[in-house]
Amino acid sequence: MSRPPIRPPIRPRRALLLPLLLALGLAFLYLPIASLIVYSFNASRLVTVWDAVHSPTLKWYGELFHNSQILEAAWLSVRIAVMNATGAVILGTLAGMALSRFGRFGGRALLAALTTAPLVMPEIITGLSLLLLFITFEQLTGWPAQRDAATITLAHISFSISYVAVIVQARLAGSDGSLEEAALDLGARPSVAFRRITLPLIAPALLSGWLLSFTLSWDDVVISQFVAGPGSSTLPMVIFAKVRLGVSPDVNALATLLITLVAAGVLLSTLLLQRRERSRARALALSQEG
Amino acid sequence: MPASSTAYLQLEGLSKRFGQFLAVNNVSLCVERGEIFCLLGASGSGKTTLLRLLAGFETPSAGRLLLDGEDLAGVPPYRRPLNMMFQSYALFPHLNAERNIAFGLEQERLSKRQIAQRVDEILEVVKMAPYRARKPHQLSGGQRQRVALARALVKRPKLLLLDEPLGALDRKLREHTQFELLNIQQQLGVTFIVVTHDQEEAMTLATRIGVMDRGEIVQIGTPREIYEFPATRFVADFIGSVNLFDARLSTASVSVAPAAVDAARGTCLHSPELPAPLLVDQSIEAAADAALWVALRPEKIALSRQPPAQQHNWARGTVREVAYLGDLSVFLVRLESGRELRASLTNSSRECAEQFARDTPVYLSWDSTSAIVGSS
Amino acid sequence: MRLPARSGSLAQIRRRLARAASGRAVVVGIPLLWLLLFFLVPFLIVLKISFSTALLAMPPYAPLLEWVGHHIAALRVHLSNYQLLWSDPLYLDSLLYSVRVAAGSTLCCLLLGYPMALAIARAAPARRPLLLMLVILPFWTSFLLRVYAWIGLLKDDGVINNVLRSLHLIHQPIVMINTTFAIYVGIVYSYLPFMVLPLYANLEKHDGALLEAAADLGAHPWRAFWRVTMPLSLPGVMAGFLLVFIPAVGEYVIPSLLGPANQLMIGRVLSTEFFENRDWPVASAVAIVLLLLLLAPIVIFQRYHNRELEAER
Repeated sequence: MSRPPIRPPIRPRRALLLPLLLALGLAFLYLPIASLIVYSFNASRLVTVWDAVHSPTLKWYGELFHNSQILEAAWLSVRIAVMNATGAVILGTLAGMALSRFGRFGGRALLAALTTAPLVMPEIITGLSLLLLFITFEQLTGWPAQRDAATITLAHISFSISYVAVIVQARLAGSDGSLEEAALDLGARPSVAFRRITLPLIAPALLSGWLLSFTLSWDDVVISQFVAGPGSSTLPMVIFAKVRLGVSPDVNALATLLITLVAAGVLLSTLLLQRRERSRARALALSQEG
Repeated sequence: MPASSTAYLQLEGLSKRFGQFLAVNNVSLCVERGEIFCLLGASGSGKTTLLRLLAGFETPSAGRLLLDGEDLAGVPPYRRPLNMMFQSYALFPHLNAERNIAFGLEQERLSKRQIAQRVDEILEVVKMAPYRARKPHQLSGGQRQRVALARALVKRPKLLLLDEPLGALDRKLREHTQFELLNIQQQLGVTFIVVTHDQEEAMTLATRIGVMDRGEIVQIGTPREIYEFPATRFVADFIGSVNLFDARLSTASVSVAPAAVDAARGTCLHSPELPAPLLVDQSIEAAADAALWVALRPEKIALSRQPPAQQHNWARGTVREVAYLGDLSVFLVRLESGRELRASLTNSSRECAEQFARDTPVYLSWDSTSAIVGSS
Repeated sequence: MRLPARSGSLAQIRRRLARAASGRAVVVGIPLLWLLLFFLVPFLIVLKISFSTALLAMPPYAPLLEWVGHHIAALRVHLSNYQLLWSDPLYLDSLLYSVRVAAGSTLCCLLLGYPMALAIARAAPARRPLLLMLVILPFWTSFLLRVYAWIGLLKDDGVINNVLRSLHLIHQPIVMINTTFAIYVGIVYSYLPFMVLPLYANLEKHDGALLEAAADLGAHPWRAFWRVTMPLSLPGVMAGFLLVFIPAVGEYVIPSLLGPANQLMIGRVLSTEFFENRDWPVASAVAIVLLLLLLAPIVIFQRYHNRELEAER
């Protein structure tokens, strides 16, 4: 049996150039993080001067767990982040549903504008305006008597809603709008249709919306600084105060812990998702053979 | 309970307005129990809006909707005793075939045993029992269509609405599925309302067809009536392939017409595009100078190399194009007036189209019973 | 067979319609009210205070409306804060500096992000999620800590200077920390995912047959890129640019940690006025001016964003 000669495919130079640029970009993204991690094991208090005699060491990690200020701030941040994420998912889902499934309604343009603006609004403006809002509230109603975790949470929810709304909208836009109609047609009341069809459909979006809102809140320093009161310092606020004075080895240790924790989580979920996709693809291939 | 005088499904002056746009305009329609009624129209003709009015996803701006004697006004979609098969099928992606089919029954609060039994039955009917545990994305297009059909039918609806039921299937599968759909309909005796833009689909499935144009129903009839006796120029042009002529009543009047035409029923016309008078075996009430149209289907035109014996209903021209389609050949013939006509010939023998090759001069002729004349 | 639906008497129809409408009103109303209260109203308060004057009191500004007699109220609108912003070069300078730095670093971000997005979009489909994840991953980790990492790198005795010195490439450290250059690095670094994501979303949708058609018609790959890929990706470029530029103008953390002490970006000016000088009216006026400056880009971004979401349907 004779085969036609196999010609090598034409490979433009870009085929090499692009991956090279991508690799450079990724190196740019990861080298600073890598250096942060490496120097967290450095024994020297000078952080960037490697103390070859006593390193690597875990002493900064040990100190971290005895620093009550950091531990308290971290606990406060977790509580705020959880409340924020939960609130933002509820409100953001409502907004996303309304925008993508209700067609035209009065106030649609306003709602659309109000949900997209916080995505790009400079934090400093949002922070200032929310603080002034709380102060005006206090003058008018006596609440909030002091600014604390509650005011931080309210502020965080206000900008996290947008991210959830966008994720939910994208998910709903990618799915068939007639699914809910089909449920109604089959005799399900709107509430049943939402619970049994819409909710499972947008569940992945709700999960990623929750995680994103958690992260946004967990990371926020500018807005928190405006709306926090004395005695309610979140972890980013504590870190910010510390690093304004320069590098400090225990912050390196803290950063390493946080970054590896998040990276492990994201990696794991991506891998799980990929495995599910792959089994789905396999099932699809099987069904087409049959 | 329904009075025997009213139809099973009755639409009375139904209209739907979206802002300035009149999507459905004063539609009145009766459908009998057990019928397959096809709404046929181009996209934007309002057929889908009409279907959504029936399903309850849109509220009518005017008019009434009665099903089995019961007014459906204000009844939400989830309480209407009718079901819909969506164009996209709208199968719930997170539920398998069986759970998709059971969904509607679960809303009726039937017992688990009853649900299982009815699901089993319908799975047998649509021949999907072996695939019952598969999720929608694990099913082929044809299998999905059957699950969607089963999901709607298992509710035993008074009326099944089908939105482009075969639109998503490829050609080979369509033909097969069409007959299967007919089979299932006869087996269960459900009344079908089918929306389609595909006339072949409408012709095969329908007991009656309603042709829609710009929100209105322009003609209702059996497939044969719609094809052979189009009521308007639009219907004649929309259904099948047709040659349309502008024509006026001939001043020579019927008296000079050959005796072959019954003077009481026939009409003699003149078209500037044809050399001979047009005789149509059909009477028409029209003013002497009214602009009329005459429709002539390609398959009703005879081709010949010899001049025809008759004085009327003929033309002379040259073959410009020949399209060989296997079962038939279609000829594009340019007349001396410059007008091009389409004529088709069944290839009853292997060589019968050979004699009318390109550039051959030919004569065209047709019977007075073949053409249709109209004024609107 | 289900029971036939209840026939709709007029009152019943009204009740049902009202119920359906109220369900919708709740879904729309709750987030709308929330956003009005916590997003729109605050701006109006900022606007109000920007027309006031500073006081040594709590709150430290004078009310606009004051009762001067029994039935006479005086409305005191001051434009002095805006006059100050206009006349004192500090404010105008820092505003222009912010816009310049934001625009420049956004451009750098684009130059770095575009090839990355293109490389991911052209990678084997199976590898794309992983590459995309690698770009997004830093975004999930603390922004503050990633900016902080650059202090250690850019310092006079930081990692970069140490490495260069040990390689004997330099003898004196290069001053990088507390410079405009450091702000550039910080912004490009922090906002790179925001540039890559919209670009990728756009590039990934391109039909591969377009490039094949261009090649078939005799276009060299570079030419095909400039004539086909680039013009088609402009909406993505636009989205990425705005998504980076708008927040970068008001950036506060990056210039605070990496930027020069003598040249302030507008975000730091606002914060200094507010927290250190306790001049709320001036801080508010700065916020209003910044907002007005960004209004046009924000509106463009919204248009684009909403169109994208509609188009996906």
